[in-house]
Amino acid sequence: MPPSSPAPLNPPPSLFELGRVFFWTGVMSFGGGLSGWIHRQVVHQYGWMDNDDFLSGVALAQVLPGANVTNLCVYVGYRIRGGWGAATTLFSLLAGPTVLCVLVAMVYVHLQQYPVLQACVDGVAAAAVGLNMRLGIVGAQRVIKRVAPTLAMIATFVAVGVFEWPLVPVVLVIGPLSVAAVWPREPRDA
Amino acid sequence: MREDDSDLSTYLALMAVFVPMSLVAIGGGPSVFAPIQREAVDVHEWITAREFVEIFAVARVAPGPGSMLATLIGWKVAGWTGALVATAALFIPSSIMCLGIAKVWNRYRGHAWHAAFETGLAPIGTGLMFAGVLVIFKLADAGPLSWALAAFVAAVLTFRPKVHPMILLLVGAVVFNLDLFLKAA
Repeated sequence: MPPSSPAPLNPPPSLFELGRVFFWTGVMSFGGGLSGWIHRQVVHQYGWMDNDDFLSGVALAQVLPGANVTNLCVYVGYRIRGGWGAATTLFSLLAGPTVLCVLVAMVYVHLQQYPVLQACVDGVAAAAVGLNMRLGIVGAQRVIKRVAPTLAMIATFVAVGVFEWPLVPVVLVIGPLSVAAVWPREPRDA
Repeated sequence: MREDDSDLSTYLALMAVFVPMSLVAIGGGPSVFAPIQREAVDVHEWITAREFVEIFAVARVAPGPGSMLATLIGWKVAGWTGALVATAALFIPSSIMCLGIAKVWNRYRGHAWHAAFETGLAPIGTGLMFAGVLVIFKLADAGPLSWALAAFVAAVLTFRPKVHPMILLLVGAVVFNLDLFLKAA
Protein backbone atom coordinates (compact mmCIF):
# COMPACT_ATOMS: atom_id res chain seq x y z
CA MET A 1 0.00 0.00 0.00
CA PRO A 2 1.47 3.38 -0.94
CA PRO A 3 1.91 5.56 2.15
CA SER A 4 -0.68 8.17 1.23
CA SER A 5 -3.28 6.14 -0.64
CA PRO A 6 -6.74 7.54 0.06
CA ALA A 7 -8.92 5.06 1.86
CA PRO A 8 -12.71 5.45 1.70
CA LEU A 9 -13.97 7.57 4.58
CA ASN A 10 -15.74 6.00 7.49
CA PRO A 11 -19.08 7.42 8.65
CA PRO A 12 -18.74 10.22 11.23
CA PRO A 13 -18.60 8.98 14.83
CA SER A 14 -20.94 9.94 17.63
CA LEU A 15 -19.90 12.96 19.70
CA PHE A 16 -19.10 10.57 22.54
CA GLU A 17 -16.79 8.46 20.37
CA LEU A 18 -15.15 11.58 18.94
CA GLY A 19 -14.59 12.90 22.46
CA ARG A 20 -13.23 9.56 23.64
CA VAL A 21 -10.62 9.43 20.86
CA PHE A 22 -9.51 13.04 21.42
CA PHE A 23 -9.39 12.62 25.18
CA TRP A 24 -6.99 9.67 24.95
CA THR A 25 -4.97 11.34 22.22
CA GLY A 26 -4.46 14.31 24.55
CA VAL A 27 -3.49 12.07 27.45
CA MET A 28 -0.93 10.13 25.39
CA SER A 29 0.70 13.15 23.75
CA PHE A 30 3.83 13.26 25.92
CA GLY A 31 6.47 15.51 24.41
CA GLY A 32 4.06 17.25 22.03
CA GLY A 33 3.70 16.40 18.35
CA LEU A 34 -0.06 16.75 18.69
CA SER A 35 -0.76 17.82 15.12
CA GLY A 36 0.92 14.60 13.99
CA TRP A 37 -1.05 12.62 16.58
CA ILE A 38 -4.37 14.06 15.43
CA HIS A 39 -3.50 13.33 11.80
CA ARG A 40 -2.62 9.75 12.62
CA GLN A 41 -5.89 9.27 14.51
CA VAL A 42 -8.49 10.92 12.26
CA VAL A 43 -6.95 10.07 8.87
CA HIS A 44 -5.19 6.74 9.33
CA GLN A 45 -6.63 5.09 12.40
CA TYR A 46 -10.32 6.04 12.16
CA GLY A 47 -10.66 7.26 8.56
CA TRP A 48 -12.93 10.18 9.44
CA MET A 49 -11.14 12.66 7.15
CA ASP A 50 -8.99 12.49 4.03
CA ASN A 51 -5.48 13.89 3.71
CA ASP A 52 -6.43 16.86 1.52
CA ASP A 53 -9.11 18.10 3.87
CA PHE A 54 -6.80 17.60 6.84
CA LEU A 55 -3.91 19.48 5.23
CA SER A 56 -6.23 22.34 4.37
CA GLY A 57 -7.02 22.47 8.09
CA VAL A 58 -3.32 22.44 8.95
CA ALA A 59 -2.73 25.52 6.78
CA LEU A 60 -5.75 27.35 8.21
CA ALA A 61 -4.79 26.42 11.78
CA GLN A 62 -1.33 27.89 11.37
CA VAL A 63 -2.32 31.10 9.68
CA LEU A 64 -5.10 31.94 12.16
CA PRO A 65 -4.28 33.33 15.62
CA GLY A 66 -4.17 30.89 18.53
CA ALA A 67 -2.32 27.68 19.29
CA ASN A 68 -1.96 25.63 16.09
CA VAL A 69 -3.00 22.43 17.80
CA THR A 70 -6.28 23.76 19.20
CA ASN A 71 -7.12 25.49 15.91
CA LEU A 72 -6.52 22.23 14.07
CA CYS A 73 -8.59 20.41 16.66
CA VAL A 74 -11.49 22.86 16.15
CA TYR A 75 -11.26 22.53 12.35
CA VAL A 76 -11.17 18.74 12.47
CA GLY A 77 -14.05 18.54 14.96
CA TYR A 78 -16.08 20.94 12.86
CA ARG A 79 -15.49 19.00 9.63
CA ILE A 80 -16.41 15.71 11.28
CA ARG A 81 -19.40 16.71 13.43
CA GLY A 82 -20.10 20.45 13.00
CA GLY A 83 -20.00 23.04 15.78
CA TRP A 84 -20.66 20.55 18.57
CA GLY A 85 -17.94 18.36 17.11
CA ALA A 86 -15.50 21.27 17.38
CA ALA A 87 -16.46 21.91 21.01
CA THR A 88 -16.15 18.19 21.76
CA THR A 89 -12.69 17.74 20.24
CA LEU A 90 -11.36 20.92 21.86
CA PHE A 91 -12.51 20.16 25.39
CA SER A 92 -11.71 16.45 25.18
CA LEU A 93 -8.20 17.11 23.92
CA LEU A 94 -7.39 19.67 26.62
CA ALA A 95 -9.11 17.97 29.58
CA GLY A 96 -6.43 15.36 30.30
CA PRO A 97 -3.36 17.52 29.65
CA THR A 98 -4.70 20.36 31.85
CA VAL A 99 -4.51 18.02 34.84
CA LEU A 100 -1.44 16.09 33.69
CA CYS A 101 0.80 19.10 33.04
CA VAL A 102 0.17 20.34 36.58
CA LEU A 103 1.00 16.88 37.96
CA VAL A 104 4.20 16.81 35.89
CA ALA A 105 5.09 20.29 37.17
CA MET A 106 4.70 19.03 40.74
CA VAL A 107 7.27 16.26 40.26
CA TYR A 108 9.52 17.89 37.67
CA VAL A 109 12.06 19.32 40.11
CA HIS A 110 12.62 15.90 41.65
CA LEU A 111 12.64 14.22 38.26
CA GLN A 112 15.57 16.35 37.09
CA GLN A 113 17.80 14.82 39.75
CA TYR A 114 17.79 11.43 38.05
CA PRO A 115 19.75 11.29 34.77
CA VAL A 116 17.79 8.21 33.66
CA LEU A 117 14.46 10.02 33.97
CA GLN A 118 15.88 13.13 32.33
CA ALA A 119 17.07 10.97 29.41
CA CYS A 120 13.57 9.48 29.15
CA VAL A 121 12.05 12.95 28.99
CA ASP A 122 14.53 14.14 26.35
CA GLY A 123 14.11 10.99 24.28
CA VAL A 124 10.32 11.16 24.32
CA ALA A 125 10.39 14.87 23.41
CA ALA A 126 12.74 14.23 20.48
CA ALA A 127 10.66 11.31 19.20
CA ALA A 128 7.48 13.41 19.46
CA VAL A 129 8.97 15.98 17.09
CA GLY A 130 9.08 13.15 14.54
CA LEU A 131 5.27 13.03 14.60
CA ASN A 132 5.06 16.57 13.28
CA MET A 133 7.92 15.91 10.87
CA ARG A 134 5.87 13.05 9.47
CA LEU A 135 2.88 15.38 8.96
CA GLY A 136 5.20 17.77 7.12
CA ILE A 137 6.20 14.89 4.83
CA VAL A 138 2.53 14.09 4.09
CA GLY A 139 2.03 17.71 3.07
CA ALA A 140 5.25 17.83 1.07
CA GLN A 141 4.30 14.73 -0.93
CA ARG A 142 1.35 16.70 -2.33
CA VAL A 143 3.08 20.04 -2.64
CA ILE A 144 6.08 18.87 -4.68
CA LYS A 145 3.86 17.78 -7.57
CA ARG A 146 3.77 21.41 -8.73
CA VAL A 147 6.54 23.98 -9.04
CA ALA A 148 4.96 27.12 -7.54
CA PRO A 149 3.69 25.43 -4.35
CA THR A 150 7.09 23.77 -3.92
CA LEU A 151 8.79 27.16 -4.04
CA ALA A 152 6.24 28.62 -1.61
CA MET A 153 6.85 25.76 0.83
CA ILE A 154 10.63 26.12 0.72
CA ALA A 155 10.46 29.93 0.99
CA THR A 156 8.16 29.71 4.02
CA PHE A 157 10.41 27.17 5.72
CA VAL A 158 13.57 29.17 5.13
CA ALA A 159 12.03 32.50 6.17
CA VAL A 160 10.32 31.30 9.34
CA GLY A 161 12.45 28.29 10.32
CA VAL A 162 15.97 29.25 9.30
CA PHE A 163 15.90 33.07 9.48
CA GLU A 164 13.16 33.14 12.14
CA TRP A 165 11.42 36.08 10.49
CA PRO A 166 8.03 37.01 11.96
CA LEU A 167 5.22 34.98 10.47
CA VAL A 168 2.76 37.72 9.55
CA PRO A 169 4.85 39.59 6.94
CA VAL A 170 6.14 36.28 5.56
CA VAL A 171 2.61 34.96 5.02
CA LEU A 172 1.42 38.31 3.66
CA VAL A 173 4.12 38.19 0.99
CA ILE A 174 4.24 34.48 0.13
CA GLY A 175 0.50 33.82 0.58
CA PRO A 176 -0.84 36.03 -2.23
CA LEU A 177 1.96 34.95 -4.60
CA SER A 178 1.31 31.29 -3.86
CA VAL A 179 -2.46 31.62 -4.32
CA ALA A 180 -2.05 33.71 -7.47
CA ALA A 181 0.25 31.08 -8.96
CA VAL A 182 -2.46 28.42 -8.72
CA TRP A 183 -5.39 30.73 -9.54
CA PRO A 184 -7.72 29.15 -12.12
CA ARG A 185 -7.08 30.45 -15.62
CA GLU A 186 -10.77 30.64 -16.49
CA PRO A 187 -12.72 31.84 -13.49
CA ARG A 188 -15.85 29.78 -13.20
CA ASP A 189 -17.38 31.58 -10.27
CA ALA A 190 -20.19 34.04 -10.89
CA MET B 1 0.66 23.89 48.81
CA ARG B 2 -1.24 27.05 48.21
CA GLU B 3 -4.89 27.41 49.13
CA ASP B 4 -7.53 28.00 46.48
CA ASP B 5 -9.10 31.09 48.02
CA SER B 6 -7.39 33.55 45.69
CA ASP B 7 -9.85 36.31 45.00
CA LEU B 8 -11.68 37.16 41.85
CA SER B 9 -9.21 39.86 40.90
CA THR B 10 -6.47 37.27 40.34
CA TYR B 11 -8.70 35.35 37.92
CA LEU B 12 -9.59 38.57 36.14
CA ALA B 13 -5.90 39.47 35.90
CA LEU B 14 -5.15 36.05 34.37
CA MET B 15 -7.93 36.58 31.84
CA ALA B 16 -6.74 40.11 31.09
CA VAL B 17 -3.31 38.68 30.20
CA PHE B 18 -4.29 35.54 28.31
CA VAL B 19 -7.43 36.51 26.36
CA PRO B 20 -5.58 39.13 24.26
CA MET B 21 -2.65 36.71 23.79
CA SER B 22 -5.10 34.15 22.43
CA LEU B 23 -6.27 36.50 19.72
CA VAL B 24 -2.88 37.81 18.63
CA ALA B 25 -0.97 34.52 18.66
CA ILE B 26 -0.54 34.39 14.91
CA GLY B 27 1.78 31.53 14.07
CA GLY B 28 0.81 29.57 17.16
CA GLY B 29 1.49 29.61 20.87
CA PRO B 30 5.27 30.15 20.72
CA SER B 31 4.72 33.52 19.02
CA VAL B 32 3.36 34.90 22.31
CA PHE B 33 5.71 33.12 24.74
CA ALA B 34 7.93 36.21 25.01
CA PRO B 35 5.06 38.63 25.78
CA ILE B 36 3.60 36.07 28.22
CA GLN B 37 6.94 35.92 29.98
CA ARG B 38 7.03 39.72 30.21
CA GLU B 39 3.54 39.85 31.72
CA ALA B 40 3.96 36.94 34.12
CA VAL B 41 7.49 37.70 35.29
CA ASP B 42 8.02 41.47 35.03
CA VAL B 43 4.58 43.07 35.06
CA HIS B 44 2.58 40.89 37.48
CA GLU B 45 5.50 39.12 39.19
CA TRP B 46 3.50 35.89 39.31
CA ILE B 47 6.60 33.77 38.77
CA THR B 48 10.37 34.27 38.57
CA ALA B 49 12.33 34.13 35.32
CA ARG B 50 13.77 30.80 36.45
CA GLU B 51 10.31 29.40 37.09
CA PHE B 52 9.26 30.50 33.62
CA VAL B 53 12.06 28.48 32.05
CA GLU B 54 11.05 25.48 34.15
CA ILE B 55 7.39 25.88 33.20
CA PHE B 56 8.35 26.06 29.54
CA ALA B 57 10.22 22.76 29.87
CA VAL B 58 7.35 21.08 31.70
CA ALA B 59 4.76 22.24 29.15
CA ARG B 60 6.92 20.80 26.39
CA VAL B 61 7.32 17.32 27.87
CA ALA B 62 3.90 16.97 29.51
CA PRO B 63 0.95 15.87 27.36
CA GLY B 64 -0.88 18.60 25.50
CA PRO B 65 0.14 21.63 23.46
CA GLY B 66 3.24 23.59 24.56
CA SER B 67 0.97 26.60 25.06
CA MET B 68 -0.21 24.92 28.23
CA LEU B 69 2.52 26.89 29.92
CA ALA B 70 -0.42 29.27 30.46
CA THR B 71 -2.12 26.52 32.49
CA LEU B 72 0.98 26.21 34.66
CA ILE B 73 1.24 29.96 35.21
CA GLY B 74 -2.42 29.96 36.29
CA TRP B 75 -1.70 27.07 38.64
CA LYS B 76 1.30 28.81 40.21
CA VAL B 77 -0.76 31.95 40.77
CA ALA B 78 -4.08 30.55 41.90
CA GLY B 79 -4.03 26.76 42.19
CA TRP B 80 -6.33 24.48 40.20
CA THR B 81 -8.93 27.18 39.59
CA GLY B 82 -6.20 29.43 38.26
CA ALA B 83 -5.05 26.62 35.97
CA LEU B 84 -8.58 26.25 34.56
CA VAL B 85 -9.08 30.00 34.16
CA ALA B 86 -5.76 30.49 32.36
CA THR B 87 -6.34 27.47 30.09
CA ALA B 88 -9.81 28.69 29.11
CA ALA B 89 -8.58 32.27 28.62
CA LEU B 90 -5.77 31.22 26.29
CA PHE B 91 -7.58 28.58 24.23
CA ILE B 92 -11.26 29.51 24.00
CA PRO B 93 -11.18 32.95 22.30
CA SER B 94 -8.94 31.79 19.44
CA SER B 95 -10.99 28.60 19.10
CA ILE B 96 -14.24 30.54 18.70
CA MET B 97 -12.61 32.71 16.07
CA CYS B 98 -11.25 29.62 14.30
CA LEU B 99 -14.69 27.98 14.31
CA GLY B 100 -16.27 31.10 12.82
CA ILE B 101 -13.69 31.24 10.04
CA ALA B 102 -13.91 27.49 9.42
CA LYS B 103 -17.68 27.90 8.94
CA VAL B 104 -17.26 30.72 6.42
CA TRP B 105 -14.43 28.83 4.72
CA ASN B 106 -16.64 25.77 4.42
CA ARG B 107 -19.55 27.70 2.91
CA TYR B 108 -17.52 28.48 -0.20
CA ARG B 109 -16.24 24.95 -0.70
CA GLY B 110 -16.55 23.97 -4.36
CA HIS B 111 -15.82 27.42 -5.79
CA ALA B 112 -12.77 27.59 -8.03
CA TRP B 113 -11.18 30.38 -5.98
CA HIS B 114 -11.68 28.34 -2.80
CA ALA B 115 -9.65 25.53 -4.33
CA ALA B 116 -7.00 28.06 -5.37
CA PHE B 117 -6.78 29.35 -1.81
CA GLU B 118 -6.50 25.81 -0.48
CA THR B 119 -3.84 24.80 -2.98
CA GLY B 120 -1.99 28.07 -2.46
CA LEU B 121 -2.06 28.02 1.33
CA ALA B 122 -1.27 24.31 1.79
CA PRO B 123 2.45 24.72 0.99
CA ILE B 124 2.65 27.54 3.54
CA GLY B 125 1.12 25.24 6.16
CA THR B 126 3.61 22.53 5.26
CA GLY B 127 6.54 24.95 5.26
CA LEU B 128 5.47 26.17 8.70
CA MET B 129 5.22 22.60 9.94
CA PHE B 130 8.88 22.00 9.04
CA ALA B 131 9.84 25.43 10.39
CA GLY B 132 8.15 24.48 13.68
CA VAL B 133 10.28 21.34 13.88
CA LEU B 134 13.46 23.34 13.29
CA VAL B 135 12.52 26.07 15.77
CA ILE B 136 11.61 23.66 18.57
CA PHE B 137 14.90 21.81 18.12
CA LYS B 138 16.80 25.11 18.16
CA LEU B 139 14.97 26.13 21.35
CA ALA B 140 15.70 22.80 23.00
CA ASP B 141 19.32 22.94 21.80
CA ALA B 142 18.88 19.45 20.37
CA GLY B 143 21.88 17.37 19.28
CA PRO B 144 22.31 14.99 16.33
CA LEU B 145 20.73 12.15 18.30
CA SER B 146 17.47 14.09 18.64
CA TRP B 147 17.46 14.82 14.92
CA ALA B 148 18.16 11.21 14.02
CA LEU B 149 15.44 9.98 16.35
CA ALA B 150 12.84 12.40 15.00
CA ALA B 151 13.74 11.43 11.44
CA PHE B 152 13.48 7.75 12.36
CA VAL B 153 10.00 8.29 13.86
CA ALA B 154 8.89 10.25 10.79
CA ALA B 155 10.19 7.50 8.49
CA VAL B 156 8.48 4.70 10.41
CA LEU B 157 5.15 6.54 10.39
CA THR B 158 5.48 7.36 6.71
CA PHE B 159 5.79 3.71 5.75
CA ARG B 160 3.68 2.28 8.57
CA PRO B 161 1.09 4.94 9.44
CA LYS B 162 -0.71 2.66 11.88
CA VAL B 163 2.25 2.01 14.17
CA HIS B 164 1.22 3.31 17.57
CA PRO B 165 3.11 6.52 18.37
CA MET B 166 3.43 5.47 22.03
CA ILE B 167 5.77 2.68 20.90
CA LEU B 168 7.93 5.24 19.10
CA LEU B 169 7.99 7.55 22.12
CA LEU B 170 9.14 4.58 24.17
CA VAL B 171 11.88 3.87 21.63
CA GLY B 172 13.00 7.48 22.13
CA ALA B 173 13.27 7.01 25.88
CA VAL B 174 15.24 3.77 25.44
CA VAL B 175 17.62 5.23 22.85
CA PHE B 176 18.43 8.26 25.01
CA ASN B 177 19.11 6.01 27.98
CA LEU B 178 21.40 3.82 25.87
CA ASP B 179 23.23 6.99 24.87
CA LEU B 180 23.50 7.99 28.52
CA PHE B 181 24.81 4.54 29.41
CA LEU B 182 27.38 4.49 26.59
CA LYS B 183 28.65 7.95 27.45
CA ALA B 184 29.10 6.93 31.08
CA ALA B 185 30.89 3.72 30.16
